Amino acid sequence: MTSLALREHEAAATAVAAVAVESAAVAAEPGPRDISVRRLAKNFGERRILDRIGFDVLRGQAVALIGANGAGKSTLLRCCLRLIEPDEGSITLLGEKAETLNRRALRRLRARVGFVFQRHNLVPRLSALTNVVHGAQARASGPAYWFHSVAPRRVREEALHCLAQVGLADFAAQRVDTLSGGQSQRVAIARALMQRPALVLADEPVASLDPSAGEEVMQLFVDLLKREKLTFLYTSHNLRHATHYADRVLGLREGRLVIDAPAAQADSVALRAIYDR
Amino acid sequence: MTLQAVAPKGLPRRFEPPGVLAFLLYVAALAVLVAAIDSVEASLDGFIRGLPGIANMLAQMFPPDLSRLPQILRALIETFAMALVGTALGLILSLPLAILATRRFSPHPLVYHASRALIAFFRTVPDLIWALFFVIAVGLGPFAGTLALAIDTIGFCGRFFAEAMEEADHGPQEALTALGASRLGVVFSAVVPACVPSFINTALFTLEKTTRASVVLGLVGAGGIGIELKVAMDLFNYDQAATIIVCIFLLVVAVERLSSLLRQQVIAGG
Ligand SMILES: Nc1ncnc2c1ncn2[C@@H]1O[C@H](COP(=O)(O)OP(=O)(O)O)[C@@H](O)[C@H]1O
Ligand SMILES: [Mg+2]
Repeated sequence: MTSLALREHEAAATAVAAVAVESAAVAAEPGPRDISVRRLAKNFGERRILDRIGFDVLRGQAVALIGANGAGKSTLLRCCLRLIEPDEGSITLLGEKAETLNRRALRRLRARVGFVFQRHNLVPRLSALTNVVHGAQARASGPAYWFHSVAPRRVREEALHCLAQVGLADFAAQRVDTLSGGQSQRVAIARALMQRPALVLADEPVASLDPSAGEEVMQLFVDLLKREKLTFLYTSHNLRHATHYADRVLGLREGRLVIDAPAAQADSVALRAIYDR
Repeated sequence: MTLQAVAPKGLPRRFEPPGVLAFLLYVAALAVLVAAIDSVEASLDGFIRGLPGIANMLAQMFPPDLSRLPQILRALIETFAMALVGTALGLILSLPLAILATRRFSPHPLVYHASRALIAFFRTVPDLIWALFFVIAVGLGPFAGTLALAIDTIGFCGRFFAEAMEEADHGPQEALTALGASRLGVVFSAVVPACVPSFINTALFTLEKTTRASVVLGLVGAGGIGIELKVAMDLFNYDQAATIIVCIFLLVVAVERLSSLLRQQVIAGG
């Protein structure tokens, strides 16, 4: 390592420490919390993927979680809904302690949380409208919510309204496997809106899109959530997306939370440091 | 580095001599085959003595006797109806059973193992034995054959439907789970729609299979054209038998053609 690189590294480490101090202030901020994570840990086999993670997300806040590939971002989001079972720690979502819930109560909690995946995870061969109607399974089950053709009128209308919000009303009848990547991700957002969520999680929602489509979809997504004043926790490896769209930035490095700072104060040297190996 | 240094041993031997254990296994396999030939009473002599008989029979088949064609066609339609209804009935019953027979969607490991065992049982018992069983249960006639074919279909489709569902992309399933859908909701919203092409493919293949199977069920009185063939043969009416065989051939070929046409449609439709 050259002395210059070393000095830069040290500077980054100092910045990380400074930011970490600030996180205490964020945690002390008053107001209701939609997400509270305490000492969350997850191992895959012998490997510790998440190491005693703790943070809060205030109601109405948009929080970005950044980190290099393999840092554990997706695992952390999945643990929040127990799509992956955490090994230790506690997660409180919308006032519910996730780890204490039985199957039914867990389903009710999941219903209130929108989740947008990196790969849109739409059901191929089905229409955009049907995929959005599926979002209604958050509050009702049964064959009426499996296909738009058999769904109640008000459900179909609401689904169309959700599609209109993402600008895809004209594509309602089109099969989702014929849509572009950006359009697909917007249908996935509409499906999440159809849940009438109180909180939205998104795992690198635009990482699979080209930069301009990604920018467009991210802007639309954030605008929709801001308008509804929804709490938003999303992962990203795009630093600009993190600081531009979020109120707060969390930084994950090798399973540890090393940054927790207001987006305005998170300076780029510190953020970039979490990508250092 | 010289060439010799890279390949010091030159060409490998054409045949590697087998190890002791492998050699013993070969010998044992050969012994089993010899014993089997002995037990089927195979004899070249018997075959040669039978040749004139076969030639005689073939000669008597021509020209085929078309006098009973209306009855034969009626039996042929009955045969195909058995295949069609048996397949449809089997398909309807396969889907729920297949869902119970998937690791991912079965409500309980016990249910999973029981369903798989049932499907395997349906598949391993030959259809002729099912036909015999149903002839005793519901009496002679095409209904017995239809039930036998339905069981056969469940044994076949149950397995392949379950495999297709296990292999379906997990992403959409996770999305439905994440929004709080029930297990049934996940299966019917995310899994079944994705599996439709595979299901149709399997269903068409099953129809071909049951059509072929339906032809012989008549031999045990379970309906269809098989009984016509048996009677014609037993009465030495080889020219009538020829007509029946040609009819069967045309039916099977027609179903296979139709099935492959439909299959192409499915592939084209994604
Ligand atoms: N199901 C799993 N089994 C074993 N290891 C896993 C599994 N899922 C993720 N991992 C590992 O956990 C680490 C974190 O993965 P992930 O949360 O997907 O990271 P990120 O989303 O930040 O790129 C990676 O090293 C990955 O290989
Ligand atoms: Mg990830």
